[in-house]
Amino acid sequence: MTYLRIDNVDKHFDRGGVRSEVLKGISIDIARGEVISIIGHSGCGKSTLLNLIAGLTEVSSGGIMLEGNEVNGPGPERAVVFQNHSLLPWLTVYENVNLAVAKVFGRSKTGAQRHEWIMQNLDLVQMSHAKDKRPTEISGGMKQRVGIARALAMQPKILLLDEPFGALDALTRAHLQDAVMDIQKKLGNTMIMITHDVDEAVLLSDRIVMMTNGPSARIGEILDVPLERPRQRLDLAADRTYLKCREAVLKFLYERHRFVEAA
Amino acid sequence: MTATVQRLVTPTAPAATANAAVFALPKPASRPRSWQKTLGQIAANVIPPLVVIALALIIWEILCSTPGASLPAPSRVWTDAAELIYSPFFDYGQGDIGLGLRVLTSLQRVAIGFGIAALVGVTVGAVIGQSIWAMRGLDPIFQILRTVPPLAWLPLSLAAFMDSGPSAIFVIFITSVWPVLINTAVGVRNIPQDYRNVALILRLNQFEFFFKIMIPAAAPYIFTGLRIGVGLSWLAIVAAEMLTGGVGIGFFIWDAWNSSRLSDIIVALAYIGVVGFILDRLVAAIGAFVTRGTSAN
Repeated sequence: MTYLRIDNVDKHFDRGGVRSEVLKGISIDIARGEVISIIGHSGCGKSTLLNLIAGLTEVSSGGIMLEGNEVNGPGPERAVVFQNHSLLPWLTVYENVNLAVAKVFGRSKTGAQRHEWIMQNLDLVQMSHAKDKRPTEISGGMKQRVGIARALAMQPKILLLDEPFGALDALTRAHLQDAVMDIQKKLGNTMIMITHDVDEAVLLSDRIVMMTNGPSARIGEILDVPLERPRQRLDLAADRTYLKCREAVLKFLYERHRFVEAA
Repeated sequence: MTATVQRLVTPTAPAATANAAVFALPKPASRPRSWQKTLGQIAANVIPPLVVIALALIIWEILCSTPGASLPAPSRVWTDAAELIYSPFFDYGQGDIGLGLRVLTSLQRVAIGFGIAALVGVTVGAVIGQSIWAMRGLDPIFQILRTVPPLAWLPLSLAAFMDSGPSAIFVIFITSVWPVLINTAVGVRNIPQDYRNVALILRLNQFEFFFKIMIPAAAPYIFTGLRIGVGLSWLAIVAAEMLTGGVGIGFFIWDAWNSSRLSDIIVALAYIGVVGFILDRLVAAIGAFVTRGTSAN
């Protein structure tokens, strides 16, 4: 039942003859439709791990398999939602999504079908009203919605989110979290999300991967979040399972693996 | 602002009073004010340079109206060269043509030379910007070559092409290609890694990456280079034409000097300045249009 298998992955960077170990012995199996959060202090290699899965960085040893095929480069089946949206500022919202759709479905869909598909994805993130605006004309939360639409429009096997809501204010973040939960319910995407936010991790994920501090960061613990879906933010605020999960993550981060340099 | 407020109020108010015509009255009042505003702004931009030009002409007139003055005063320029000023497109045959026509022939050379420079500069600059080693290897050479004055290339290009036309175009090309090339390379090197990642994930090929990411992302830098380049090529054309001859504005100056028509030279200088200014603004305007959005980020 394994969909994505990360098997004993090490990653180190060599610079000027000095080797810095970033990740050591990372192994995890992820099932189809699962939502995984990766949480840890800054500098623990979360982003490196996501880049390895995306294929933007090469593993030093070990392997990553998606549906039995080894990951050895970036591709649209592993779409990334970047922290700072990475929309191309000279293209409109529609054109940004079209860039992805034209490339991925240029041969398999007709022009009308592609237009339909772009609008469908913009509808999904409630951004079809701004399709002719440029990224500079819309708010940060809207940009991130378009970033999500662009990634979804690639029809990825797995959606990788690199601190997608990190740069947003708390209210916008909550809206977008709800939007992502909603989309995941509709489409059943497999998602891996990096986050700093304990509440976000518990609210959104089926499992939370907690990383130890670097260098040579490992997976410290994997926490199951046995909460029913759909999840309601307000109901969960006093839910015992929710609070327990939250406490477990907090304890991991601030008791057992305190970030030494920040102290 | 007042106009929009009025418009917002009117639809609701008539519902109670049942007469809409009364409420539309205050609208026109705001229009003359905005007209006056734009007129005022135009005046604020146009009047100061006009005053300065007038002052400069007066000082020049005073300085050059003494009997032994070596340069003609403005009034003298007008009497000597009035036809050149108010009729730029006359053609009396045998090379006796208006300055407008001369400028057009020069512009044609600039268009060819600068066009080639833009194409080559952007293409080569993009390749160099992509490769850190090409940048390291070639950048010092370019930095040296770009300081070589336009005229210094002329003997070599005359020797190589053995004809004045292509030589002049080559001089324009070699003068204006460096800023385009160097700026493009810097622009390409400064493309954010995020855009590159987007391209990688979409598996854009080299061709798609070049047109869809690289050129638009580097466009603000490219246009800075093009703007410097067009200025330099205008500098180069005048210098090159002075030596190669022909019908251009540069040769006209040389010819006027040889026959001591100083007033004509002054008129030609004004032409060159104005055309150079227009060229610069033209490239800047195209740049502003093309890079709208990009530079705002």
